[in-house]
Amino acid sequence: MTTTQTPLLNIKNLSVEFGSVGNPFRAVEGLDLTVQQGEIVGIVGESGSGKSVTMMAMMGLLEGQGRIVADDLTFDGKNLLTISGRDRRKIVGKDIAMIFQDPMTSLNPSYTVGYQIMEVLKVHQGLRGAALQARALELMELVEIPAAKTRLHAYPHQLSGGMSQRVMIAVALACNPKLLIADEPTTALDVTIQAQIMDLLVNLQKERNMALIMITHDLAVISEVAHRVAVMYAGQVVEIGKVPNLFRHPTHPYTEALLASIPEHSKGARRLSTLPGIVPGQYDRPKGCLLSPRCLYATEHCHQERPGMTQHDTGAVRCFYPLVDKEAV
Amino acid sequence: MFSFLLRRIGVLIPTFLGITLLTFTLIRLIPGDPIEVMVGERSLSPTLHAAAMKRLGLDQPIATQYMNYLGQLLHGNLGTSLKTQENVWVEFKTLFPATLELALAALAFATIVGLLAGIIAAIKRGSIFDHGVMTISLTGFSMPIFWWGLILIMLFSVLLGWTPVSGRLDLAFDVQPQTGFMLIDAWRAELADPSLNAGAFKDAVKHLILPAIVLGTIPLAVIARMTRSSMLEVLREDYVRTARAKGLSPARVIFVHTLRNALIPVLTVIGLQVGTLMGGAVLTETIFSWPGIGKWLIDAIGRRDYPVVQNGILLVASLVILTNFIVDILYGIANPRIRHAK
Ligand SMILES: Nc1ncnc2c1ncn2[C@@H]1O[C@H](COP(=O)(O)OP(=O)(O)OP(=O)(O)O)[C@@H](O)[C@H]1O
Ligand code: SF4
Ligand SMILES: [Mg+2]
Repeated sequence: MTTTQTPLLNIKNLSVEFGSVGNPFRAVEGLDLTVQQGEIVGIVGESGSGKSVTMMAMMGLLEGQGRIVADDLTFDGKNLLTISGRDRRKIVGKDIAMIFQDPMTSLNPSYTVGYQIMEVLKVHQGLRGAALQARALELMELVEIPAAKTRLHAYPHQLSGGMSQRVMIAVALACNPKLLIADEPTTALDVTIQAQIMDLLVNLQKERNMALIMITHDLAVISEVAHRVAVMYAGQVVEIGKVPNLFRHPTHPYTEALLASIPEHSKGARRLSTLPGIVPGQYDRPKGCLLSPRCLYATEHCHQERPGMTQHDTGAVRCFYPLVDKEAV
Repeated sequence: MFSFLLRRIGVLIPTFLGITLLTFTLIRLIPGDPIEVMVGERSLSPTLHAAAMKRLGLDQPIATQYMNYLGQLLHGNLGTSLKTQENVWVEFKTLFPATLELALAALAFATIVGLLAGIIAAIKRGSIFDHGVMTISLTGFSMPIFWWGLILIMLFSVLLGWTPVSGRLDLAFDVQPQTGFMLIDAWRAELADPSLNAGAFKDAVKHLILPAIVLGTIPLAVIARMTRSSMLEVLREDYVRTARAKGLSPARVIFVHTLRNALIPVLTVIGLQVGTLMGGAVLTETIFSWPGIGKWLIDAIGRRDYPVVQNGILLVASLVILTNFIVDILYGIANPRIRHAK
């Protein structure tokens, strides 16, 4: 992380709070994340660790729900913390686009697929008439939807999950975004379709050299496609590092447990079998290190204080006692 | 869509049969027959009474009477009023526009105000406006129409003198019923003879306002609450999040992506209000001396005018059923998942 290039996305010390001011729940806490142009960053972590909330906060989709604080939240030279709603809407959906976990409910049931693709083209690029039609068709073909021309007139309920996700990708790519956020894009799909969608996303990323944040439970896939991976736990990034280093030599006990819980190249588990207990929720967050109740290496120190991020050669880790790579010694 | 239509129509036949049976039975359960009511205090010899009953066909066994009634209906014959000897259908046709005008005005008032209030309350959820709408609509929903009508008359007609107390038009105007809709007839009359009928239209509007508000209050409350809750539900949908993630303006998110889906159940509820309106019209017309179907039916029940009661209610019920039927179809059109169902 010694690169001097200014990152496309720079998040410094981001916190997101829900609930009342007197009794807040920190869904995201002290989160740092950078994404370079054309980079694929994976984010992994158990359910409820704050992956989606982080991305929604950045996109401005938490409006009126979460309170967002950060030292820096910059995308493409624009400060997303102070930006007006109007200016944000010129970026969101155009330069940053997002696709979601459940494609079947993410499309509006009352409008045709074509309408929902053309809508972004109209709003952000002012396309009209034949040019608009042609571009929509082009996008449908880009995401490899068969019989694209007739499908433009289809309603979402007439499409399968995989097809719906392809449409969502077409909508997201419509204005050639610099950053695409894919929030568990394959979790809701059949296993056979999952690989297809993942391949499509990675190919499109390469073709257009756009940055991609891939949120997933599937560690096997992320180890193959991502350049860097951030591991989240209870609202914090506990480890971030380059691939394959992070997978070969995890330095955080949680990353280690996460890796140990997947049988070689199979689907990641939503719950960890190798660590007892579950992610602490709103009311049972420990005083010390958030992992301390479950950590196999926890000491008294861990129960009393929260560790900060420590930088090392290929990344950073949030632990008082980072695991030493025994082979490297 | 076709089989969807067929299924809906299939339900209609038993519904109509049920209604005929119900009105036929209920009116006969009220003590006193038409002849007794007509004669009143004066006594009538049993032979004369029996002769009169025989003339009306009321001496036959009840089941036969019912079958005769159904047979009449099948021939499209709605019978004649026992009192006026006028055809029931003709009477209905003459009086119905007054009720329809009142009901439409009430529904327009309830729909426009209810939708607006519900939408704004949902968008500004938890605000003072939201709490205000919720409280007022809860009150409106349980408002006794009779009492509410009298309160409004006292305030606006008696105290402030803004609106007339009763009727559809001041007697000073010379307006011939053409369409039966007073607003239209008064408008035309004013155009035709400006010297005589100057201000007739405005006067008709003034007469209509208060009854329309009274009749529209309960539907207004229902529509406002339904709109609010339906909007809130749709606002939580994934596709609304998608719409916002596309960078669409708040207005587009609300009007294009939320409202259309939120309105589907509201549309159904608005359709169902036709029943409430017809029921409410009876009371409202009585309070404001509005010469419509409601008042006509109340009078007919008082006189045990069997044909008028049976067929008048049947006509009103058909109307309610028909609108509900149309609402069903519209619901199907608005919702592509139903439209495309095989
Ligand atoms: N609008 C909200 N109001 C209150 N709490 C919320 C809200 N959105 C999310 N949370 C809470 O924030 C925490 C993090 O949620 P988030 O959706 O980011 O998890 P995630 O890492 O994306 O999990 P998953 O893998 O299940 O998608 C959860 O405990 C969730 O209950
Ligand atoms: S700080 Fe302590 S409890 Fe936390 S992860 Fe490291 S060893 Fe475990
Ligand atoms: Mg999530």
